[in-house]
Amino acid sequence: MAEELKLLGAWASPFSLRIELALKLKGIKYQYIEEDLSNKSPLLLKSNPVHKKIPVLIHNGKPIAESLVILEYIDETWKNNPLLPENPYDRAIARFWAKFVDEKILQIAVKFRLAKEKEKEQIIQELGEQLQFLEKELEGKEFFGGESIGYVDVVAYFIVNWLQVQQEVRQIVFISEEKFPVLCKWMGKLHEIDVVNGCLPPKDKHYAYMRAQIEAAKSAIK
Amino acid sequence: MAEQEVKLLGAGTSPFVHRVKVALELKGIPYEYIQEDVFNKSSLLLKYNPVFKKIPVLVHNQKPISESLVILEYIDETWKHNPMFPQDAHEKAMARFWAKFIDDKVTTAIRGVLTTEGVQQQENEKHAMEALQVIEGELKGKKFFGGESIGFVDIVMGGITLWLEALEEAAGVKIHDPEKYPSIDKWMQNFAHLPVIKESLPQRDILLQYFRKGRQISLALAAGK
Repeated sequence: MAEELKLLGAWASPFSLRIELALKLKGIKYQYIEEDLSNKSPLLLKSNPVHKKIPVLIHNGKPIAESLVILEYIDETWKNNPLLPENPYDRAIARFWAKFVDEKILQIAVKFRLAKEKEKEQIIQELGEQLQFLEKELEGKEFFGGESIGYVDVVAYFIVNWLQVQQEVRQIVFISEEKFPVLCKWMGKLHEIDVVNGCLPPKDKHYAYMRAQIEAAKSAIK
Repeated sequence: MAEQEVKLLGAGTSPFVHRVKVALELKGIPYEYIQEDVFNKSSLLLKYNPVFKKIPVLVHNQKPISESLVILEYIDETWKHNPMFPQDAHEKAMARFWAKFIDDKVTTAIRGVLTTEGVQQQENEKHAMEALQVIEGELKGKKFFGGESIGFVDIVMGGITLWLEALEEAAGVKIHDPEKYPSIDKWMQNFAHLPVIKESLPQRDILLQYFRKGRQISLALAAGK
């Protein structure tokens, strides 16, 4: 029986990209549908009526929304190359750190985007404090998943990448190699892996998009 | 067989702790309860949850786990009888989806109603009611989110709504309306009557005191900025 798998996503969204990486890591075939977020498709609105957001995975006609929920579904449905560890305690730790990335790191990053100039210094400091937790968690490990890429790596990679791109576009330091040697080394390693870096959006397009977003946010604050 | 050592660091006033208590009770898991003073955190709590410094923390054979939803999943995977989650992968995903919705939308807005005033409070009130409207739609026709018996989503939702009355009084705002949310109202009554729930609810005046204090602190912090 042919499985029908569709992913509704957006090329620059770290949430969408993490799903693509998970599917690619497991060698799962899927149909990718790029959504125009300024003009959402009827399929998206029908598949995620509550949030109307991407990513949405549609498996044999059944939609699943929320990237972390989708990742767990993928891991439970296609059991090869597992993302989550086997034992319940390690799984709990992985879930904890995924939540940490999406709640703490991301929230502060969004706060920065909308902040006034005078608030930015404080927020960068806050971000640094939270990143230190991640730095510490990764110490002594190849990846968050241990010897191989796991759930937290998939979740965190595109968020940290987003921060790195922001760094370059804004000319501000969020994650210095000096303060975060472990995280920077980890990103370097992941950037070298084809299946991982293959998921990244084209650099020029991504940078242009980020610049446009920053400009839009600036005008909104005025 | 070596006795399993389960400890729960919590506070009677926390709906997040309540979720974990309910899960442990439903599975008949014996545990040691350690009461924390959330306004004066113990060194044990800071040791077990250095990142968030929050309760609940479940400590199983000396290994700590934080974040109530993470703890619930851990409990369900470790003690497999009386499962909280449905078997079917898609239904399980939906349960996780709704649990996240409850915490991201319902809990956040309701907490916001308590900790803010004026225009901000009105905004939070609006968001809380919008979120409850969505839940109302999802719950329609069902006794519990889990069907005939409670499951993951019911346990997640439980504390939030049962705490609501005391929170509404402390905040001076009415959020729940049995006429607007009849399914939620019925669900709250069914849920509150379950033996495992009845025995574990905190006293209303303790909750009220806790919420009043919390509101005071939050408003003072906001004014101080």
